[in-house]
Amino acid sequence: MELDALILARIQFGANISFHILFPTITIALGWVLLFFKLAYARTGDMKWMDAYFLFVKIFALSFAMGVVSGITMSFQFGTNWPGFMETVGNIAGPLLAYEVLTAFFLEAVFIGIMLFGFRRVKPWVHTLATGLVAFGTTVSAFWILVLNSWMHTPVGFEMIDGVAHATDWQAIIFNPSMPYRLMHMLLASGLTTAFLIAGVSAFRWLIGRREGSVMAALKTGVTIAAVLIPVQILVGDLHGLNTLEHQPAKVAAMEGNWETQAGAPLLLFAMPDEETRSNRFEVGIPNGASLILTHELDGVVPGLDDYVLEDGTVKHPPVAPVFYAFRIMVGVGMLMLIVSWTAAWMLWRRGETPAWLNRALVGMTFSGWVATLAGWYVTEIGRQPWLVTGVMTTAEAASDVAAPVIAGSLTLYLAVYAVLIAAYMGAILRLAQKADGGRGDGERSPVALPGGAPQPAE
Amino acid sequence: MLDLFGDPAVWLPVTFAGLMGLSILIYVVLDGYDLGVGVLFAGAAPAEKDRMIASIGPFWDANETWLVLAVGLLLVAFPVAHGVILTTLYVPVALMLVGLILRGVAFEFRAKVHPDQKRYWNLAFFGGSLTTALSQGYMLGAYIMGLEVTPWTILFSLLTAVCLTAGYAFIGACWLIYKTDGALQEKAVRWARRLAWFVAAGFAAISVVTPLVSARIFAKWFSVPEFLLLAPLPATAAAIFLALTYVLRRLPDVGDRYSLVPFGAAIALFVLSFAGLAYSFYPYVVPERLTLYESASAPESLAIMLVGVLIVMPVIGAYSAFSYHVFRGKATDLSYD
Repeated sequence: MELDALILARIQFGANISFHILFPTITIALGWVLLFFKLAYARTGDMKWMDAYFLFVKIFALSFAMGVVSGITMSFQFGTNWPGFMETVGNIAGPLLAYEVLTAFFLEAVFIGIMLFGFRRVKPWVHTLATGLVAFGTTVSAFWILVLNSWMHTPVGFEMIDGVAHATDWQAIIFNPSMPYRLMHMLLASGLTTAFLIAGVSAFRWLIGRREGSVMAALKTGVTIAAVLIPVQILVGDLHGLNTLEHQPAKVAAMEGNWETQAGAPLLLFAMPDEETRSNRFEVGIPNGASLILTHELDGVVPGLDDYVLEDGTVKHPPVAPVFYAFRIMVGVGMLMLIVSWTAAWMLWRRGETPAWLNRALVGMTFSGWVATLAGWYVTEIGRQPWLVTGVMTTAEAASDVAAPVIAGSLTLYLAVYAVLIAAYMGAILRLAQKADGGRGDGERSPVALPGGAPQPAE
Repeated sequence: MLDLFGDPAVWLPVTFAGLMGLSILIYVVLDGYDLGVGVLFAGAAPAEKDRMIASIGPFWDANETWLVLAVGLLLVAFPVAHGVILTTLYVPVALMLVGLILRGVAFEFRAKVHPDQKRYWNLAFFGGSLTTALSQGYMLGAYIMGLEVTPWTILFSLLTAVCLTAGYAFIGACWLIYKTDGALQEKAVRWARRLAWFVAAGFAAISVVTPLVSARIFAKWFSVPEFLLLAPLPATAAAIFLALTYVLRRLPDVGDRYSLVPFGAAIALFVLSFAGLAYSFYPYVVPERLTLYESASAPESLAIMLVGVLIVMPVIGAYSAFSYHVFRGKATDLSYD
């Protein structure tokens, strides 16, 4: 592949957005879990919940900062690398982004200060409220971003005048066909990522000999959330897939590695899609599986990639191999999540604790949510190509005319910074997990010194 | 409804240009003091560094959000200008973003890593703040020069880079005078005294060079009656500056009197310079090339954003004020519990 300015810009944006999404994926759900810890403490007065809160609020703060700074990068790169995007669909993308900044960014940015450093400065209920507002802000932020992203996949409610999109129906734009599915799928992905992070960190602490109540409380919280959410996620993922089949059949054809439209298409477990020969090598599949899943009939007709090649040979479907493989990675990690979380939940329920081998498995799964989330985003975003906004503009049309060497330079700089930061982030989480006091300040403070040390039922 | 104030294709772009200008101004003042504290890190002892961080820790994130709003408004209200400006400023923007990343994460990492590694994150905090300040100053210069790239405009941009960084360091020192006490406050006063003259020299240099290199700005400044109408701007700035140097000589005062005065004066100086710049550029978004009317989004899109802005802005103001109220007084060590 030739590394021209377009592909470099795409790699740069892909790298930035991949790095960015790791952290909101954690903070969206972790904010709500922290609120749960606070409310559980208020209800029971048991210090284990505050100990769990104080460990995970540090991971939250770190993830939040990483998300904020990488998010700012995104907002500038619309202009530096993709000026055509805003010039063509700015009338629609603009207000959605503006509403995100206004209704979410400021809310979370202001109250994160009170949530992190205001514990001794405000009344307990104000602190709990601040925690709730931060969680709410991150979720609202996710809502607006997914509205915009979904609109790029399934654009409605606009008309084109002189090559520029003008909004005609804001309700249709916001509640565009793929938005509800994508939003649910992403929020559940955040819940699962956070659940496995909490379970993994807690299992690690258990393995190194930390047996206090807060470790068990956090472990149970993480495992329970994971075990409850994973079947829901599988169901929502399936619905999302059916929605994609309706609106972006070429993407589903790439996910299934299905070249020719056929009845009774097999569900491919493994294959090596080859764009040259327009066929798969080493197919291993379940007969009629894809038809059954996508049409709920054994001999249902499933669209093939060949339908999206024009007479003159122009390919109007996404690159097949990355979509095909990423989809299998996402589903594979999801299955692993199902097995591990249900086994752990069963063990916790029947024996009251998880055996060492299972704890090691949970440690191994600490960042499994990241893998599944990234793989899922690659499926949907690469699956949208060659379009940037389906049927409206291609990615190539939006690119800037910044020279390739300049983009290569900035890309190298970003990649170097991101590599260092990911390593530092994981190192910091490991250190927090190892600390004897669970990362709780100086570890000397007694529970009674906490303001609102008594249960606060009014919260 | 949209016609209430005349042609919506006229008043909506002007309104949004005003809102964008306001966001930039608020950003420059608020994150200006954060970045300034970061630049001053170079001259602080380890214990002082923790206090300095504590003085901005609860605020920096919200302060930085004004930049997101400003670039967001540029992006949403003037999409064509957004593309032109940001592709031209590609390299300084990339450097600024890396600077902002390092500065932002250093807050967290320096408090969470092994003590042996803390100094690296202190360095990242200083380096990130400095890079951000310099890049923003460079962009300001390039923008004043109409986004043209010649050896002279690059030299001018380097000058503005240094001047804006000094300005940030100055307002950062003023913030520290307000938020700290004891030896660190005395040190901040010394910083502010020295930087004040540097800032004055910078302002003078930029004011002399700008009309010389831009014929349009020369005409806007030195014609009658504009010249007379504009004269109060530099005159007020000079008066504030002299009052400021007088107060700085007397600080710190008994009972911490007047400790907020330098910060207030610094804000006033930023506002006045900003007003001068805004006057010089109107009605252009991209100097000499694109007016704000030519590059604005469709009126329907601007209107729906304006509704949101008018409802949400006062709320943002209210809870920001609440946050400053919660963390009022001298900075104490930051702690989660």
